[in-house]
Amino acid sequence: MAETTETAPHLLSLVPKAAGKQTMKDFKSDQEVRWCPGCGDYAILAAVQGFMPELGLAKENIVFVSGIGCSSRFPYYMNTYGMHSIHGRAPAIATGLATSRRDLSVWVVTGDGDALSIGGNHLIHALRRNVNLKILLFNNRIYGLTKGQYSPTSEIGKITKSTPMGSLDAPFNPVSLALGAEATFVARTVDSDRKHLTEVLRQAAAHEGTALVEIYQNCNIFNDGAFDVIKDREQAQEAVIRLEHGQPVRFGADNGKGVVRDPATGDLAVVEVTPRNEADVLVHDAHAASPTTAFALSRLADPDTLHHTPIGVLRSVERPVYDTLMARQLEDAVERQGPGDLGALLAGGDTWTVAG
Amino acid sequence: MTSQVSTEREPTAAKDVRRLERVVIRFAGDSGDGMQLTGDRFTSETASFGNDLSTLPNFPAEIRAPAGTLPGVSSFQLHFADHDILTPGDAPNVLVAMNPAALKANLADLPRGAEIIVNTDEFTTRALQKVGYAADPLEDGSLDGYQVHPVPLTTLTVEALKEFGLTRKEAERSKNMFALGLLSWMYHRPTEGTETFLRKKFAKKPQIAEANIAAFRAGWNFGETTEDFAVSYEVAPASQAFPPGVYRNISGNLALSYGLIAASRQAALPLYLGSYPITPASDILHELSRHKNFGVRTFQAEDEIAGIGAALGAAFGGSLAVTTTSGPGVALKSETVGLAVSLELPLLIVDIQRGGPSTGLPTKTEQADLLQAMYGRNGEAPVPVVAPCTPADCFDAALEAARIALAYRTPVFLLSDGYLANGSEPWRVPEVEDLPDLRVPFADGPNHTTEDGTEVFWPYKRDPETLARPWAVPGTPGLEHRIGGIEKQDGTGNISYDPANHDFMVRTRQAKVDGIAVPDLEVDDPDGGARILVLGWGSTYGPITAAVRRLRGIGHQVAQAHLRYLNPFPANLGEVLRAYDKVVVPEMNLGQLAALIRAKYLVDARSHTQVNGMPFKAEQLAAALKEAIDG
Repeated sequence: MAETTETAPHLLSLVPKAAGKQTMKDFKSDQEVRWCPGCGDYAILAAVQGFMPELGLAKENIVFVSGIGCSSRFPYYMNTYGMHSIHGRAPAIATGLATSRRDLSVWVVTGDGDALSIGGNHLIHALRRNVNLKILLFNNRIYGLTKGQYSPTSEIGKITKSTPMGSLDAPFNPVSLALGAEATFVARTVDSDRKHLTEVLRQAAAHEGTALVEIYQNCNIFNDGAFDVIKDREQAQEAVIRLEHGQPVRFGADNGKGVVRDPATGDLAVVEVTPRNEADVLVHDAHAASPTTAFALSRLADPDTLHHTPIGVLRSVERPVYDTLMARQLEDAVERQGPGDLGALLAGGDTWTVAG
Repeated sequence: MTSQVSTEREPTAAKDVRRLERVVIRFAGDSGDGMQLTGDRFTSETASFGNDLSTLPNFPAEIRAPAGTLPGVSSFQLHFADHDILTPGDAPNVLVAMNPAALKANLADLPRGAEIIVNTDEFTTRALQKVGYAADPLEDGSLDGYQVHPVPLTTLTVEALKEFGLTRKEAERSKNMFALGLLSWMYHRPTEGTETFLRKKFAKKPQIAEANIAAFRAGWNFGETTEDFAVSYEVAPASQAFPPGVYRNISGNLALSYGLIAASRQAALPLYLGSYPITPASDILHELSRHKNFGVRTFQAEDEIAGIGAALGAAFGGSLAVTTTSGPGVALKSETVGLAVSLELPLLIVDIQRGGPSTGLPTKTEQADLLQAMYGRNGEAPVPVVAPCTPADCFDAALEAARIALAYRTPVFLLSDGYLANGSEPWRVPEVEDLPDLRVPFADGPNHTTEDGTEVFWPYKRDPETLARPWAVPGTPGLEHRIGGIEKQDGTGNISYDPANHDFMVRTRQAKVDGIAVPDLEVDDPDGGARILVLGWGSTYGPITAAVRRLRGIGHQVAQAHLRYLNPFPANLGEVLRAYDKVVVPEMNLGQLAALIRAKYLVDARSHTQVNGMPFKAEQLAAALKEAIDG
């Protein structure tokens, strides 16, 4: 039952368009934003509010659903429909909404604790089902709202209030996790890079199915500077691998470094680019049917130093969307059985009549 | 094999025929022997004949426990009569025992004089040893006092099917149909339905269909010809018991599923079920997934929490949203139920209760989730609770739970149980035009004017009568709003940590549930002089009513009332309770309703409790009630 993507209208076309031109202001709610001054969430909020008019969707048909945590206050600040739900459950709630209302553009806002710890199960199942959700995962590698415990993305040995001798557990790499969970769209971006963030949002919004966008976000109170290596222009040259579809995967000063495949193991490695190996540098293919290379790219990042962290769209492929398939089953059932006739249903089976 | 003789069979007049008012039959065998199917078929034959009936399937949680062992015994009890009956019967008049384990597991329930049909082929030394029989009970005199019919069911079935070219193992599998044929002869059941059923069930394997029909007919003919069965029985249709109408036999879970589909139609809202498989609730998921042509969406979630989460998301989007589960699932869903209380969105939580705590007894019945439904959440989180009282009543109770959820924008618990879910009874099929109108309007514009004269939408501005907040679904222009689990300001719905506001909101949510309109409790006291009231709720209705009838039959005056609404209680409940010297509350838990009414009404209610995984037996309950009357 393959989705005929050639002929089917784009899922975004099911969402009504705005009547007139929108501005960023249209998406600001009347609520005072209550994140800590200097929090990375402000930049993400501004980027999302700034991007929304570009979509041109009727804002009453946009819904933001969140869980619990600092990032999950996000819906209150968007002048759309919104639900601030309970810890970890936003993908499940959004699944019910998106699968029952295909005329809505449904966004999930979550954090590293919300999505990867308490709500890990819902996240992976949303990804494998390919429900039409856009999931923005704000990763600050710390628990902020509970005041500074380590999170499932914190580096090993993290000293926090709950781990005075250092945390013991290995962190999740959210991008690797999503790729392993059959995600059809996986990207990573950074709160402070408005242009990059907006471009990733653009591609995520256009994706049909679940899009997971990991956004590195600075918590200036409990984990300040966690991503400095990626944000500092000089250090970023070593640390960040900017991925662009169709382009060779090169980075570093003067693009002097590149990613090549080890012919023996198939794994990826970072090398100095030379005239001899230049032709071997991997060309990024976000649309590759297999997630193998995207996964290998995601593993280049060092969880401690963040060196060789890929940002951009790692994977963007087409796969039938759960909501579409569900709607089609309903249509098929009507076609096969006719529209439901309640009287006939109730009086079905073996019946007998008691005469008056 | 393809002979076109009439499939309707009538016993000849050669044998003695006796009339009975009622019969209780129990089919018992290995989990793999097809006893549930056999019972279902006998039930359908009995229903189409027009008897009143009540059934009690009883099976282990294991799909196939080791063959021939006591834990592997599966049984199906059916009570049918020429008058209206209320329970599946206390004790079988007839036991069909397909092996020694089935005999041993069920013998204690049989009164002396009962008939026992045993499959002698299975009474081998090894099979007897497996269940701890030192000697063969068919030969050692331990069954003296019963009417034992030793029948080599397996051999006779294999013999009857020898022309079909089946392996011995394949042929043996039809022995349940041989037994069904024999019982159908004994009780003059119509046989056409079973033959039609078998042809349909095995439509893709016509040879197997015909083999089963041949075994069924062979069983019937065996009764007709063998001298061991000298008597057959007639139980006349219960024509006086039923008001005129079209009837069908229906189980609780099927009735509940139909009730949900009907509620969806009557509310003009699409039905959305978010669920995770769990015994004994899964059949509702199965049934609803077959009716997508009614616009029904069924979502099998990754866990119980996601099941209710998806349902709540669909409710936000304007669906009639439902989650189905059992007690362990309710425990997992509790936080989301609390969110639904805070969001004030309509949501049905269907709990098919089973024995607990923890995994407990997955296939056995219990009523021990009442307090979980009432109180099993953090904070003050009142949720209405509705409980059906018979299998067929699950249909009406589902409609009623939906009415409350939609009209008051609240989650509602529907508390059924394993006995109602799998048990069945005749149901008068309602006319669709007689079903209640459940439509409620969505909010479509501003509902408040601010001081400066601006028209705005306030998501928590309530209907003064019901205290329900407006249901504004995404897609409605101008009503964009944000809701969440954090305490919100009265009216605007904005986040508020103000102490006085929280106090007001907690009390308002409670007042909304307390103010739900439910009918007064009706008391049944034919003579009007009773000093004792028996109060029940949920699936104990049948046994309690049967027990009360017995007591009245021997001259006692006993009043009876049965609660459908556990939260809020009917407004007249306190008055009713105080009108009697004694109040007895039979429950399949350790006294949860009794605790609630003692706390609320300061009435010295006495509990009579049973938690053995089975419904009350009418006789035992009558004895207990008599003790309460005398004591």
